[in-house]
Amino acid sequence: MDTLRNNALWRAMFLFVALLLRVSIARGQAANTCLDCHGALDPPLQVTEQQFANDIHSQKGLTCASCHGGDPTRADMDAMSKTAGFRGKISRKDIPGLCGGCHSDGAFMRKYNPSLRTDQLSQYKTSVHGTLFAKGDTKVAVCVDCHGVHDLRPARDTQSKVNPLNVAQTCSRCHSNAEYMRTYGIPTDQFAKYGTSVHHEAMTARGDLSAPTCTTCHGNHGAAPPGVGTVQNVCSTCHVFQAEMYEKSSHKDAFKAAGLPGCVVCHSNHGVTQPTDAKLGTGPEGVCMQCHSPGDVCDQARAKMLVELSQLDQAIKNANQVLAVAESSGMEVSEARLGQDQARDSLVKARVTIHSFETKLVEQDIQAGLATVAKNLQAGKDALRERNYRRIGLGVAVLAILIVLLGLHLYIRQIEANAK
Amino acid sequence: MTFLSRARLWFDERFDWAGLVGPLKKKAVPVHKLSYWYFLGGITLFLFMIQVFTGILLLLYYRPGANEAFESVQYIMTRVQFGWLIRSIHSWAANLMILTAFLHMFSVVFLRAYRKPRELTWLSGMLLLFLAMGFGFSGYLLPWNTLAFFATKVGTEITGQVPVIGHSLMVFLRGGEDVTGATLTRFFGFHVAVLPGLTILMVLVHLALVQYFGMSVPPGVEARWKAARGEVREMKFFPNFFLRELMAWYIALGVLGALAAILPWELGTKADPFAPAPAGIRPEWYFMFMFQTLKEIPAKVWRLDGEVIGILLFGVAGLLWTLLPFFDQVGQGRGRRFIMGVAIFAVSYMFAMTIYGYVAK
Amino acid sequence: MEKVAVSEGTTPRRRVVEFLLGGGVLASIVSFVYPVLRYLIPPRVADLGGDEVVASKVGDLKPNGSKIFRFGNRPALLLMTAAGEYRALSAVCTHLSCTVQYRKDLEHIWCACHNGHYDLNGRNISGPPPRPLEQFQVHVRGDEIVVARKREV
Repeated sequence: MDTLRNNALWRAMFLFVALLLRVSIARGQAANTCLDCHGALDPPLQVTEQQFANDIHSQKGLTCASCHGGDPTRADMDAMSKTAGFRGKISRKDIPGLCGGCHSDGAFMRKYNPSLRTDQLSQYKTSVHGTLFAKGDTKVAVCVDCHGVHDLRPARDTQSKVNPLNVAQTCSRCHSNAEYMRTYGIPTDQFAKYGTSVHHEAMTARGDLSAPTCTTCHGNHGAAPPGVGTVQNVCSTCHVFQAEMYEKSSHKDAFKAAGLPGCVVCHSNHGVTQPTDAKLGTGPEGVCMQCHSPGDVCDQARAKMLVELSQLDQAIKNANQVLAVAESSGMEVSEARLGQDQARDSLVKARVTIHSFETKLVEQDIQAGLATVAKNLQAGKDALRERNYRRIGLGVAVLAILIVLLGLHLYIRQIEANAK
Repeated sequence: MTFLSRARLWFDERFDWAGLVGPLKKKAVPVHKLSYWYFLGGITLFLFMIQVFTGILLLLYYRPGANEAFESVQYIMTRVQFGWLIRSIHSWAANLMILTAFLHMFSVVFLRAYRKPRELTWLSGMLLLFLAMGFGFSGYLLPWNTLAFFATKVGTEITGQVPVIGHSLMVFLRGGEDVTGATLTRFFGFHVAVLPGLTILMVLVHLALVQYFGMSVPPGVEARWKAARGEVREMKFFPNFFLRELMAWYIALGVLGALAAILPWELGTKADPFAPAPAGIRPEWYFMFMFQTLKEIPAKVWRLDGEVIGILLFGVAGLLWTLLPFFDQVGQGRGRRFIMGVAIFAVSYMFAMTIYGYVAK
Repeated sequence: MEKVAVSEGTTPRRRVVEFLLGGGVLASIVSFVYPVLRYLIPPRVADLGGDEVVASKVGDLKPNGSKIFRFGNRPALLLMTAAGEYRALSAVCTHLSCTVQYRKDLEHIWCACHNGHYDLNGRNISGPPPRPLEQFQVHVRGDEIVVARKREV
């Protein structure tokens, strides 16, 4: 009996310790009683442990109290003690200041991540969001709108709202909401237009994280549209050659004088679709004739450039066809195929040279391309000639074989006739 | 005396020329409606000799090794004079040889040439057929292109499914767990050394047996001749049958040349072990009926793995087929009829499954 | 059965047959033997295998100079640094596969398509390219500059 009671006591102690351990392990790194209740509440008060476990601040050892104040070690409502500094829900007008309190403090941030920038708040103050915010507008974006709040992930996390793959989606939450944006007088079709662009396609279809998204051209914390006169500086970060040529061209000063936004005039800003040669044409996609008059010097230059581009394009296609025929009849033309790649490079270069708006320069690139194509076409024709030569050789051999067969046949008949 | 007769005398003083040549002079081939089938064995032999010859020529330029194999074949196809001809003939003759080998085997079955006393001839012939298919499988990998790489991968994977010894067999074939450059080296060794050695041995055995027993006459024809008493029609091997065989060989040469010039064998793209398998990986046509059968068997048959069952089925079928002559005398005529039935079924099945394999998505 | 000697009797018919047979056999043998003989002669352009290519001759490149050459089926870049050292790299940009170029003014490698920059070891240092350029080995053999793929260790 005594031993039994002892066993029961040991079991009870064991259970109690286990419960204690379990509860404190479930707590995470730091004691955080807030989640005990708030994990079970409904939104908007709901913050689950799982959610908070994904938060970068939580992973670095911060608790609810770090922003909201209060005492996370006390149970129940005692945690939300005003004497312990509990602030309740942070109002929107206080958010930038609250976040900036740590994130602008270089010495403080160095303890956690020395390579993180600490100018976000000062940048924000220069942005359209920040300047409107300073005037008292709380509808504009503040830190938590883009970064999230209780499951805030770093930008390199693919599920983060500010990961390059997700940035456009995050911006569009406000900027595509016509009702929300009504008072600001700016369009709300940017996200839709961006969805049609070649930049969006590079990001989503090809997974190219270097492709531009909203923040690439507008900035992130200091978000503002690039100025009309300086748009091409933004585009030129990647499209160097085109920008260089444009700078030296007649269009630069003309557009500047007319207050037109450079690259955007022909390529648009958000819906930057894959340009085709039709842009040089006179159809609905043609951009030149929006300003120029038919028959004037510029129209003639445009027409000439278009003709030359089509010429090279057609020559490349033609040579490819010949090479394809040679290949399908078993000839080996891989060297000429590589040469075709070079010809295509010339065509791409010529299309870039359009931005100089000088037909002479475009012509140079076209001629170089045509020379390469001519070589490859010749290689294709040589391959076809070799193929025909083989077939003639085959014909000769087959003829010889047929003669032998005939001869054998007659010889057999002969000796068997004699034998009878 | 002419030079030839002087040479003949020189030989006669040392060797029994008449004794050596005599039997050959007397060798005769039966003549009946089905005599044309006798050509198939000779054509298979001729194609094998073509393979040895073109194979040796290819050896002068081919480099085994994952880094160089593809490029060396490309070099042969583009830079070496008539390299395209030699390589295409080698690839086409390989397929034609396996085709004629199968036709030869089936003609032997349907004409019942395997019956007593020619059981060992049949056995050696079946071994030769397996060796030929081994040649095909090992040679196919040597250009190291994408299709060959993945076909080898799938083929050796299936071998690995054999119960008990499968895995060891697969590792032995692959030279490792995966298909790599080591597999290429190994297959090259099989293809140019091991298999040729074994095949030439077997060919000599097969030919010796054929020479010893003479040409088999189909049972129906034999019966008719017996009834007609002494009306045995035959022609001398030298020169009559040999000249006809020569015609057949010349035709084969013409066909090969035409195929090489008009339908050259493609080079493909260099194998990349890290790229995903392209859609529609298929083995060569002579493995297709087995491959397609394995695909058709459901994954699980009464708790047993479907693929393993398929492999075992083919293994048992192959074994029984090899032992065909020994079933011939079973049950006085019933065995024979059964064999005929199985043979008809086998040909139809292989034919249908091969076509199905190409037509099915 | 007697074997009738073909040379006996010179009937025109026999002569035709002889001629056909003899001539045909000769012609067919020539048409088989001729390609084989040509095959046995090694071509002028030696096959170095897929791993090596003669990129240039000594003296063709000056310091801070470069050359695009074909390696396998893709373009490659051979350059001589300002210090006179040879480097060889794949010229296929790791961003969108444009052909890169050597910039004398920057003394490193640049891609014109989207302003990608690589250092002389092929490492991507700026712009969109996500990965470095593949490096090759350079050997000087006599007066030839041979570029080879790096052997797997």
